[in-house]
Order: sequence, then C-alpha cells, then structure tokens
Amino acid sequence: MNSQSRTDQASLDPRKPAENCSSVKMEAAEAAAVTAPEASAASSGAVSSEAETASAKPAIAVEMNSISKNFGDVHALDHVSIQLFEGEILSLLGENGSGKTTLMNVLFGIYFPDEGWISVKGQPVCIRNPRDAKDLGIGMVQQHVKLVDVLTVAENIVLGMPGKALLDRRAIAAEIKKTAERYGFKIDPDRKVYELSISEKQMVAIVKVLYHGADVLILDEPTAVLTPQEIQRLFAVLKKMKADGKSIIIITHKLHEVLEVSDRVTVLRKGQLIGTIPTSEASPYSLTEMMVGHKVNLEIERPLPHEVRDCLVVKNLTCLRDDGSTALNNVSFTARAGEILGVAGISGSGQKELCEAITGLFPAKEGSVRFLCEEGHDGEGLELLGLSPEVIMKKGISLAFVPEDRLGMGLVPSLSMVDNILLKKYHQQKGVLVNRKKPAEIAQNLIDQLEIVTPGVETPIRRLSGGNVQKVLVGREIECNPRLLIVAYPVRGLDINSSYTIYNLLNQQKAKGVAVIFIGEDLDVLMEISDRLLVLSNACVSGIVDPRTKTKEEIGLLMVQGGDESVKKGGQTA
Amino acid sequence: MTFDFIKLFIAAVFAGTPLLLGTLGEILTEKSGNLNLGVEGMMYMGAVSGLAGAYYTEIWFNGAGLPAVFAALIFSFLAGCLGALIYAFLTISMRADQNVTGLTLTIFGTGFAKFFGELMGQKAGGYVKVAAKTARSFGKLKLGGLSKIPVAGELFFHYNFMVYLALILALALAFFLNRTRKGLNLQAVGEDPSTADSAGIPVARYRYIATVLGGGICGLGGMYMSMVNQKGIWVPECVSGYGWLAVALVIFSTWNPLRALYCGLIFGGFTILRMYVPVPGLATQLYDMLPYVATILVLIATSIRQSKEHRQPAGCGHNYFREDR
Repeated sequence: MNSQSRTDQASLDPRKPAENCSSVKMEAAEAAAVTAPEASAASSGAVSSEAETASAKPAIAVEMNSISKNFGDVHALDHVSIQLFEGEILSLLGENGSGKTTLMNVLFGIYFPDEGWISVKGQPVCIRNPRDAKDLGIGMVQQHVKLVDVLTVAENIVLGMPGKALLDRRAIAAEIKKTAERYGFKIDPDRKVYELSISEKQMVAIVKVLYHGADVLILDEPTAVLTPQEIQRLFAVLKKMKADGKSIIIITHKLHEVLEVSDRVTVLRKGQLIGTIPTSEASPYSLTEMMVGHKVNLEIERPLPHEVRDCLVVKNLTCLRDDGSTALNNVSFTARAGEILGVAGISGSGQKELCEAITGLFPAKEGSVRFLCEEGHDGEGLELLGLSPEVIMKKGISLAFVPEDRLGMGLVPSLSMVDNILLKKYHQQKGVLVNRKKPAEIAQNLIDQLEIVTPGVETPIRRLSGGNVQKVLVGREIECNPRLLIVAYPVRGLDINSSYTIYNLLNQQKAKGVAVIFIGEDLDVLMEISDRLLVLSNACVSGIVDPRTKTKEEIGLLMVQGGDESVKKGGQTA
Repeated sequence: MTFDFIKLFIAAVFAGTPLLLGTLGEILTEKSGNLNLGVEGMMYMGAVSGLAGAYYTEIWFNGAGLPAVFAALIFSFLAGCLGALIYAFLTISMRADQNVTGLTLTIFGTGFAKFFGELMGQKAGGYVKVAAKTARSFGKLKLGGLSKIPVAGELFFHYNFMVYLALILALALAFFLNRTRKGLNLQAVGEDPSTADSAGIPVARYRYIATVLGGGICGLGGMYMSMVNQKGIWVPECVSGYGWLAVALVIFSTWNPLRALYCGLIFGGFTILRMYVPVPGLATQLYDMLPYVATILVLIATSIRQSKEHRQPAGCGHNYFREDR
C-alpha cells in the first residue's frame, strides 16, 4: 500500500507543488481529469480489499490524494492518501505523532498542504481555511472542543452562520432543540458553556457541526474524556448519522472502539500511510502491529501483591479551590505499600487537588493525611497536612506529576537531564558549590535502563520527545527511592511502547514494596494494572473497588454518580 | 445644595464625554481581542487633526461654522483610524507584541500631535485658534421646549451635540454587541479566535475593522478635548492622560458600553470636583489626584472580583495565527 501511494505520487509529481491556491485548483482539476481515473484503477488493482468495498459502495465523499505537510525539518505527512465513502465511518488510527490530527487539520483547512490535492464528491477543491471546509459540508470536532466559554450554547452553535443581521434568540433556540432531538441529544440552548461538563461540551460541539449542515464529520479523539456510558451514547449517535447518509472520520487511540464503531480503518505511522483495511478483517493485534510496526504484547502484568501494609491513611480530606468550589469533599482512603491504587474519574473530579494536597502543594480545609512508613511514629503515623513540600519530599513521598503541560511542573525544559536530576539532589549535598558528577552518572544509568533516546545527558529536556521526557521524569522520581509514588496521567500522550515501559516501571516499584498511587484516564488500563481502584466523582469518593471483580460498566456508573451515600458504601467496600 | 448638584452633574457630563468616547473605542477594540494601549496616542492624533481640519477649512474654503465642524469630525475620526491601522497592521499582520505596539503608538501619537500642532502654530504666526463661529457650533444646543423643562431640561437637554453623539454611539455599540450576528461573531473572535476561525469567521478581518473603527472613536474623543474643552485653541497638553483613564474605564465598565455611560460620568465628575465641591483648606493638587486614585482603587476592586463573564475577553492581548497550535 505504501509503495502504491508512492507510485501515485510519482505520476502526479511534475504538475503538483503549488504556490497559490488557484493553480492548485487548476492542476487538481487537470489531475482529476487525467490521472485520477488511472490512479484509482491502479489502486483498485493493487489493493483487493479496498477494490471490493469500492465496487459495492456508493460514491466517494472525500478523497485526499498524496498529501504532504512539513513543519521545518519534520515530515508530519508524507504523501498520504485516503478515501472516504458516503455513509461510512472511517477510523483513523496511529500512535502519537503519526499525523492523524495533522491530516484532518489539512482537510478542515487549518493547515494548507505542501503537496497533494483534495476532492469532495468528485470535484477537486481548494480548502484554504475552515470557512472553505464548512462551505463544502465538512465539519470537525477538535480534540480540545472549540467553544466560547462565556457565550450560551445557542450562541456558540450559531457562530459564523449566515443569516439575518439581527439575532432572534428564541427562534434559534427552538431550531437547535429540533436538530438535537433528531439525534437524541438533550441540550439546553440557554446555558452558558462554562457551566457544562466536558461531555456536554462535546455533545454541543457535535450538534454545532450538524446544525451547520455538515455531510462529512471529523471527530478528533472524541472519547478521551467520556465515561463508558457516554461513549456508548456517542456511538449510537454516530450510527444514526451514518444511517442518515453522513460520512464520519473518527480519530482514536482505543482499538476496541475502532472495532466497535467503524466500517474501515486507516492506519498511519510516522506521517506515512500504512494501509486501509475493512474493520471486519481487523483484530486488535493486527491493528497494533500496523501502528507500531512490530508485534506488541498487549497484556499488562499484574503480579499479586505480597507483604501489604498500610502506608498512607487519608481521612475526611476536604479542600476548597480559590473560587470557593469544593475540590475534594470528605475523601478517605488508604494507600498500601506493595500495591497499586488506581484513581479513576472524569477529568476535573478532584484528581489534581488530591495529588497536590498529599504533597503539600494544595491547602486542605479539613481532614488528615497520615504517613505510616516513617519509623518512630508507629501506630500514629506522621501528619502530612501543614508540612511544606520540601519536608514531605524528604520523608520519601515522591510525586511524578504529569499535568497537561508535561514540562510545566515536573521538569525544567531548558535544563539538561543532569541539571533536572540535580534539582532534586542539590540540597543533599554539602557546601556552597554543587557537584554534578553524581547526577551525571544517574542520568547515564537512566538512559541505559529505560532506553531513553537522547543525544546526551547535557541536551535540554525540551528537545526530547514526549515519551522520553516522561521516562526521565518517572526515572528521576524512582531514583529517589520513594516509599510512596504518586503518578498522574503517566502515559498521557505516550505511544504504546513507551506506555508499557512505564507500566513495567510501576510494577517494579510495587514489587519493591512501594505504595503506588496511579491516577489515570484510560479505564481499561486502570482496570488492568491496579490492585484496588478508587473512583472519584464530583470531588467525592464514590467507591473503592477491586477491579478484578468489577465490570467496566459498573465502574463507569460510579464515575458519574456521586454523593454521600455512595461515599459510605465505598468506605465499606474498602 | 440641589442647585450645586445640577451644576456638578452638568459639568461631569461635559468632562466625561471625551472619556466615554475613548472608553467606547477601546471596548470595541478589546472585544476583537486587541489590547490597544495606544488610546492616549490616538486621542492626541484626533485632537490635532480635528483642529487642523476645522482651521484649514475656515482658511481655505472660508467655511467657519458647520463645514469646519464636519471637517473636525471627519479628520479626527480618520486620524484615530490611521493610528489604529498602524497598530492593527503591526499586531494582526506582522504579529508584533500587542502591549509594546500600543505603548509605542501612544508615544507616536503624542509626538505626532505636538509636532503638527507646533507647526500649525508657527505657520499661523503664534498660535492656532478657530473662528468664534466654529467654536460656538460646539457650544450648548437649544432643543426648543425640551431645554426649557425645569431641572430635567437643564440636566438632559442642554448639552453640545458631541454629548448626544457619544450617547448614541454607546447605545449603538451595546445593540451591536448583544443583538446582532456580527456582534456575536466579534465577541467570539475576541474570546477565542481559534474557535471563531473553526466556525468560519474571518478573524483577521473582524480584528482589523473593529480595531480601526475603535481607533476612530478614540480620535473623536481627542477632538472633543481640543475643540470643546480648549475651545478650538491648540494646547499641547490638551489630552493629558485622558487616554489612560479611558483604558482603566474599560475595565471599570466591565467591557459593557452601557456601563461605560455612568463610569464616564463618575470619572468626569472626579476631574472637575474641585470647582463644584470646594473643601476649605484642601489643596488643589489633592483634587487633581482624584481620578487617578479612583483608577487604582477600581483596578484593585475589579481584580478581587472573580467573575467569568464580566472580564476581559479571553483572547485579548494574544495574536492569532491559524497554523500555530
């Protein structure tokens, strides 16, 4: 398939690259008239499965041909071609940095391609900006949902729509309700967007695209922030839209979702097209192999914990945010040495504050956090609340926190690996001058053990890729021999290989008798790796369960329900 | 006492009108996501251009009176637009830093006004002064019976036409922002340009138009300073910090043109309080400090208040470039 797309590209090459839009249009028209039939004939000959689909299927909704896009020296897209038929759901699969989002941004007019052409319903087109894409009936729900917080749902939906100069808010609200109900959404047009939950925002974004009359819908990782129930609802909507004759491209990392919802899968790797196969012929293993390039064991190990004892006892912890809202409400749990305690919950349910309250970065209003591993405090333990982060760190509590901005809290991007390790070590050294020798050794050890790809220990951290940055961060925390390790979203944005390296590291720590708290977002991973799973819902603990015996749906339900009753129940389960 | 209050109110309206114009111009600008700190400069440009327009219309076309007034309006507006256009080109097209560009525009506008004001003065043989007839056209209107109503007539129907023009502008701007499709689009551009772009709104065009028109309105405010406050005589210090007060008033009015009406009135009152509420023994310097002290207090108060809606548009101060993400 790869070589096939390259031949296509070669046949188009002489007339392609274009400085301005009109010439692209002309050449594309020419190319479509002359080359496209040949090209499609050639490709149908070469890729049998696609040819079969094509002969049975109706018209092509969108065709992207030999698209290339470079950012400086980086080839984000290298002659990628995809076809989207009318009334189908196409999954776009690939690891981080494989170019999925870039390709869709090209189709939506956010990026202008360096090479290649696009045709919609058989007509060659030039998409210079999202407005052009919209006029062609292409709509996109971006990964970080694009809505204006201070406007209402209705105002957000009509943004950019043509129409009468004056706004008739009532008529608009009624129309929006009608569109929403047709697809089974429940939205209140008069609510402000900042009052909505993330999943509600996502729904609004989809309704917006539908209301604008899109026939081709692009969804960029729509399921990342949803609970299992919400995902099922979304998929039902997608199938309904497909039945309506709309074409849908869905970007996702999650293989089982691909298999569940899509008709065909296109796999990208490092900016190149690997291939397109019908979903009926795909399995998680074949798709992973296409994504990664070699076989990967998808099982996450979970050795049975031994010599478990209590390490951190959190009781009735309540925290308030600056704006007075409750960040944590009466949270109680125990983290045990030799165990991984998973923390699940919709993002923003209090995970961040929980980590920060334990490590002294966030003030608590009430409650206690007792650390039992400290010798000389047997029984009672040491109260951590009120201590400074520095004191807490010295007690052996280590926080590998990965906020959305990975380099914001964990590492200093412009410093080298050695300096970043030194940051945690320098106060243990004596004298005024720092000794860089030892951290340099540690850095070299980390590079060898964790297979960190870097030009050297003195290279600034920011030049490393996301996976390698994460390995440096977690590696450094582990190097400090913590007794309690808190990791938040440690695999966010990492590809499959790096993710499994991190899982192995956490299991090693668990085997060493460290208490690990793992705050995650992918419920599948959390259920596979944790020994116990704490579910946060709306600042409360809605349950502490054994993931070996619970189903994903049961946990999903805990994620959306909150309140005092479930707290009590959860307390009993624990 | 009542009598005193009426006088104070009237004086506050006169003094507050240029502040109101500057505030309205800056609200329109900031709603598009451009934090133009060059209000002072644009007001200066409007002040000198409006005066020059009126003065040369009188000399070259013998147009003392209404023609000169029109020239003052048009040229001050265009001068404000020109200042804002420089700003818009640098920030929107060249993606220069908004704060630095705005501050530079203030310096440029002040220098522009002082240079051309001086030049005109030398050509005129001493100082520039418009004809009495033109100056009178900026005086109080007589609105027939309305002006004769006791108290209310004095309070509301006895001002120069610029006061009513500013009032109409405030109402029109509020209507535009809240009731029209384009106003909604403009708000989206100011709040979140990438969302607006995804919705198919031409971000750069909206920013250009709002910024340039906003600058024009600031220019009108400057013209008020030279033609009304100074009665058509060029005074090099005529704007004297009013542009900065207007920037602060935008925050005080929470980016709402209707609130800008009373904010302008209150601050206008502060600037003339000395003449209407004399406290024996209080130094005039302390009176002169009032608007600035009030500004500081307002800024502190608004920064304490935590509200999602009554705050600066979220995209304000950030330049937008589509492929940058």
